[in-house]
Amino acid sequence: MEQVLLSLICGIFIGATAGYLGTLMLSKRMALVAGPLGHLALPGIALALIYGFDISLGAFPFVILGITLIWLFEIRTKLPMEALAAIVFASGVAIAFLFLPIEQAERALVGDITRVSFKETIFTAILCLLICSILKKIYPQIVLINISEDLAKAERIDIKKYNFLYLGAIGLIVALGVKVVGGLLTAALVAIPASTSRNLSRNLFQYSFWAAFFGAISVVFGILFFRLTNLPAGPLIILMSALFFLISLIFKR
Amino acid sequence: MKENIILKVKNLSVELQGEKILQNLSFEAREGEVLTILGPNGAGKTVLLKTLLGIFPYKGEIVWRKGVKIGYVPQRLPFIKNVPMTIEDFFRLKDIPEKDIRNILKEIGLGESSKKEIGKLSSGQFQRTLIGWALAKNPQVLLFDEPVTGIDIKGERTVYSLLDKLRKERNLTILLVTHDLSVIYKFSDFVICLNKISVCQGKPKEILTPQSLQRLYGQEVKFYQHIH
Repeated sequence: MEQVLLSLICGIFIGATAGYLGTLMLSKRMALVAGPLGHLALPGIALALIYGFDISLGAFPFVILGITLIWLFEIRTKLPMEALAAIVFASGVAIAFLFLPIEQAERALVGDITRVSFKETIFTAILCLLICSILKKIYPQIVLINISEDLAKAERIDIKKYNFLYLGAIGLIVALGVKVVGGLLTAALVAIPASTSRNLSRNLFQYSFWAAFFGAISVVFGILFFRLTNLPAGPLIILMSALFFLISLIFKR
Repeated sequence: MKENIILKVKNLSVELQGEKILQNLSFEAREGEVLTILGPNGAGKTVLLKTLLGIFPYKGEIVWRKGVKIGYVPQRLPFIKNVPMTIEDFFRLKDIPEKDIRNILKEIGLGESSKKEIGKLSSGQFQRTLIGWALAKNPQVLLFDEPVTGIDIKGERTVYSLLDKLRKERNLTILLVTHDLSVIYKFSDFVICLNKISVCQGKPKEILTPQSLQRLYGQEVKFYQHIH
């Protein structure tokens, strides 16, 4: 199959799923946490690049480690989540640069969706469908937890269980996202489409639909511009996403 | 437990982060009763409601009648405006059939506004939405934490007449946190004056004297008893 088609399919799945997930993260002001997690994935990406295996596979355990660390730190200290995330993120970048081969640095930092294989694409598509179905199932409960943990507790919702599934989904998306936009830009993949959608939506359905839509078409336009300009695809995708956000401001309700 | 008693609290103490919030509180709530919790800011009123819901750890006894369902109306929900959501969407977060959603919206007088955005409701409409939401699964008990500020007089009147109507229709037991003495006189069967400990308990007209209120709030409270 032609390479560009594989990149497009892979990117559309990841972009749409990240956008959908972003709607949950935005409501809890957690979107920026995805950034540090992407950064923390860098050592894993570096290992994958050195030993030649899938960078998402390399990233995933490090993202899970990051989530666990932030979660533990939050229990142990009273520092805000962002501060903890910043500590974890800086450490991730620092460790990565100790052994990241410099000629591979660009791929690690801003991703490279233009080189995905057929197998990777299939794997990514299946994983994205799985994440989406989990998200759809836990969506009402997470929205409620985001609005008020007390209200969720009064409804006898098992907050720990839902947060665990939610964080797991975030971990998977970050691990997939680094493939598209690298360790530095993953937060944008999650945060921008959801913000764009927030500007345009009146209800929950529109909110998730448009976030997934803008997540997907940002990737499509980014890859097309890469074909035209030969500039790196990851940054182009994020810039397209930012452009849609700016346009949405005109139509903001 | 006696037949019409729905909640029994005995020697309840709550300590949060080393601070004693409630001490040795005992009371009972009977079925169909409106029980008001009155007290100054920081007296532990909201903490009491949340403890009854099982949100905070406590010492002492809280015994609800077996199988009782509780609805909760929180004081505020500041984060709800972060999410674009209609009234209908908000109710769908609860696992209830669409038909029940339509019925409850009609009951709280928002049947026509189901597609209205939560963030664009007036404070009175928002209060009614929260009440309807709390009642959507047909609980026998409603815990209602009144917002400190924000509802205009007209909105407030509708909220309390709605509560009164719902109570009669559903034989609800209501535990109410309020600052409004006129609401208590009109609406409440039993009052607990709370300032970390129970300062006084009893029927509103019997126990809400200028002296007891002064003890509760630590200063003179001007009020006029409503005689109907």
